[in-house]
Amino acid sequence: MIVKYYSYFLGGVTVVSILSACNVGGFDEDQSGEVIQDNPTADGDVIELLNVSYDPTREFYDDYNEAFRAYWQEETGDTVTVNQSHGGSGSQARSVLDGLQADVVTLALAYDIDVLQERELLDSEWQSDFPDNASPYTSTINFLVREGNPKDIQDWDDLVREDVEVVTPNPKTSGGARWNYLAAWGYAEDTYGEEEAEDFVTNIYENVTVLDSGARGSTTSFIERGIGDVLLAWENEALLTVHELNAEDFEIITPSVSILTEPPVAIVDSNVQQKGTEEVAHAYLDYLYSDEGQTIAADHYYRPRNEDILADYDDYFPDVELFTIEERFGSWDEAQERHFSDGGVFDQIYAP
Amino acid sequence: MKRTLPGFPLSFGFMMFYMSFIVFIPLIALVWYTMGSGWEAFWNAITDPRLFAALRLSFSASFIAAIINGVFGLLIAWVLVRYDFFGKRIMDGMIDLPFALPTAVAGIALTSLYAENGWIGSLLAPLGIQVAFTPIGVTIALTFIGLPFVVRMVEPVLRSLDQETEEAAGLLGASPFTIFNTVLLPLLTPAILAGMTLAFARALGEYGSVVFIAGNIPMQTEIVPLLIMNKLEQFDYAGATAIATVMLALSFLLLLGANILQWWLSRKLGQKVVDSSR
Amino acid sequence: MNTKTYKPLLIFIAFLFLTLFLLLPLLIIFIGAFSQGFEVFWYSITEPAARHAIFLTLLVVVVTVPLHTLFGLSAAWALTKYRFRGRQLLITLIEIPFAVSPVIAGLVFIILYGVNGFLGEWLHANNLQIIFAVPGIILATMFVTLPFIARELIPLMEAQGSDAEEASLTLGAGGFRTFYHVTLPAIKWGLLYGVILCSARAIGEFGAVSVVSGRIRGATNTMPLHVEILYNEYQFAAAFSVALLMSLFAIFTIVIKQVVERKQQLG
Repeated sequence: MIVKYYSYFLGGVTVVSILSACNVGGFDEDQSGEVIQDNPTADGDVIELLNVSYDPTREFYDDYNEAFRAYWQEETGDTVTVNQSHGGSGSQARSVLDGLQADVVTLALAYDIDVLQERELLDSEWQSDFPDNASPYTSTINFLVREGNPKDIQDWDDLVREDVEVVTPNPKTSGGARWNYLAAWGYAEDTYGEEEAEDFVTNIYENVTVLDSGARGSTTSFIERGIGDVLLAWENEALLTVHELNAEDFEIITPSVSILTEPPVAIVDSNVQQKGTEEVAHAYLDYLYSDEGQTIAADHYYRPRNEDILADYDDYFPDVELFTIEERFGSWDEAQERHFSDGGVFDQIYAP
Repeated sequence: MKRTLPGFPLSFGFMMFYMSFIVFIPLIALVWYTMGSGWEAFWNAITDPRLFAALRLSFSASFIAAIINGVFGLLIAWVLVRYDFFGKRIMDGMIDLPFALPTAVAGIALTSLYAENGWIGSLLAPLGIQVAFTPIGVTIALTFIGLPFVVRMVEPVLRSLDQETEEAAGLLGASPFTIFNTVLLPLLTPAILAGMTLAFARALGEYGSVVFIAGNIPMQTEIVPLLIMNKLEQFDYAGATAIATVMLALSFLLLLGANILQWWLSRKLGQKVVDSSR
Repeated sequence: MNTKTYKPLLIFIAFLFLTLFLLLPLLIIFIGAFSQGFEVFWYSITEPAARHAIFLTLLVVVVTVPLHTLFGLSAAWALTKYRFRGRQLLITLIEIPFAVSPVIAGLVFIILYGVNGFLGEWLHANNLQIIFAVPGIILATMFVTLPFIARELIPLMEAQGSDAEEASLTLGAGGFRTFYHVTLPAIKWGLLYGVILCSARAIGEFGAVSVVSGRIRGATNTMPLHVEILYNEYQFAAAFSVALLMSLFAIFTIVIKQVVERKQQLG
């Protein structure tokens, strides 16, 4: 009898999994658009790419993959399916390091790609393989506050006020949070000099009650849980929140000066060589710089590099005085070493 | 002599092969890797004040959660064994929910509930009590996941005790509390402790449900498994495996303790307890 | 002992405690799932990415549970029908995955099978992918769920002793025949309970799987990871819908368990 029950149970699970799998065979096709499934290409090859990216780019790459797929089919007749993987920038880089077969990485900051380069997964000149520091789109850091700005938060100075509660993720685990930290640091250095910058940043983090591990987690804490008075956010995330989630409940405040965030892209050479996808991977990233790629980026609230397209979206992107990481911190390696390594400046903030 | 039964080589061999493949080899690899990274890396990782703070939080929150589960687990087991009431089956079924519910889901649901704008959080906020994103929130999540252990340990023991001693004590004029303290508690203690130890061990390693409700602030609301994750995401494998090895050793000792307790318990109360537990 | 006086109070406290810790979270999931109507709920659990996550999760269960059943039976047989040195230690070792942090469970497989791990180079040279593919997810789940069935069976078979088996053998039945006709009927309910708990845990495992999955949508996403992704996409209703589906499975297993127990009491 037990055997009967047991086989009922496992049989049931198997049937359900087969049922749910019914359409899974054709899954790759119908994820990115019905068109392709209706007209399977007779002569073209089917190519799969894996784009390993960070959290806030999901919606952007969903659209972009479809555009690229159409473009590539027209150019070559081949069908490209781009698979997506999203997570915290650092943990995504770690996965690639441990053998996730990414063809391209599109991460939040150059340091995470430098780490891959150190293990010789890609060439040392990766940042000059593509124009504009290999960052086809940029963004900046600004503030998201609650409706009517009840705490009257206007600039970085307001973040150290004792009555203000700040929400930002953990710079040790979140790429976005490192940009937040460096933006604040850059402002403090400009305004109060290098000596005072550490105190200034320490004061900001003393106002932080929830240190989520990723940017999206922080946004959820701020919006859904009602934590804090101000969220330090990527401009694209702030715009997304205001335009698509709860338009009336939040306002964007642009500080007087901020950092130019450059999320870079790169080809993982060792993987594409093994898989023979070099050409299409290159085209995939190149197409980000095309007019269509730039427009899709702008539609998803990233600042396009193309000045003309940027001008079309000037109601999204106000003029802000922006500094780059190279200007203020030398390079990502130096910034990482000084601020975010174990025992670095950030750790001192929480040192007992 | 039990060796008359056949099948020892086959069953023992399969068990050892399977456990080696799934558990032993991976865990040995972990210890091996830690040793390969050198003593200095190990020492640096385990003497980090942040680790001490995280251990303090993990241990104290797990301990408090185990105590809460000890008290309420005993109470629930008592209610389930001694009383008949409407909804008893539902209550009995609910106990296993934390085993079956995915931890991430539990974490999200508990956070929605206990955040300042949640159903319970909003009731507590005017009293100045903040639950989510504080050590209290961590304790609540750990109480949730450890809930079934004590109930399921105490229930069978309680069921196996005959009520004659209690009744005799009652006839002699002892108050219910005296009876509970002097007659029942000594018999139940081993089971309660064993359940609490398991709940405690499980709570120490819990990750999925806690990350959502903890504030994750270093030195304040950061638990040990999160620290391991942090190290991993900074590509610090030596540090991550060092902490993991320490945790592994602690878990093993705790489990050994729990098993010795159980063994002592079944000795003390005889086979009866084990029989009726199924 | 006159505990009747306290009966209502104690039952009330028990219910209050369980409501605060168990019922309300469940209710939150339920409300969240239907917050945008039934259609959103239905779409969220039938769209291709969700269906693939369901498929993968159940695949993991279908592989894990039978293997663990075999293991549980072997382990219980070897550890309860014979006495030998180190027996108690082995029983403890089986329970180790209970107390090991899921994060560590994922980490050990990265150390073993990752590109920079002990077997990484060999795997890479032979073009075998374990981590960030289905085998890695199954291995991590197997690690975490290893004790569930064995732990149910060991105390049960310990309590039953081996007199019945010995009698059967004396009467001339073979080893497997004895096992099938004597041992198995005596432990069937415990075994089924173990299988149910093991499946539930295998479906819900998050921490270990998240370390080894790679989160490729439609390829290596299990249901708990899919919930997390949806949640991070601000699709809260969809996240709760998938979570509700998982909770329903949990409730379903609990119902089976109750039916099992009732049968056990009757039989």
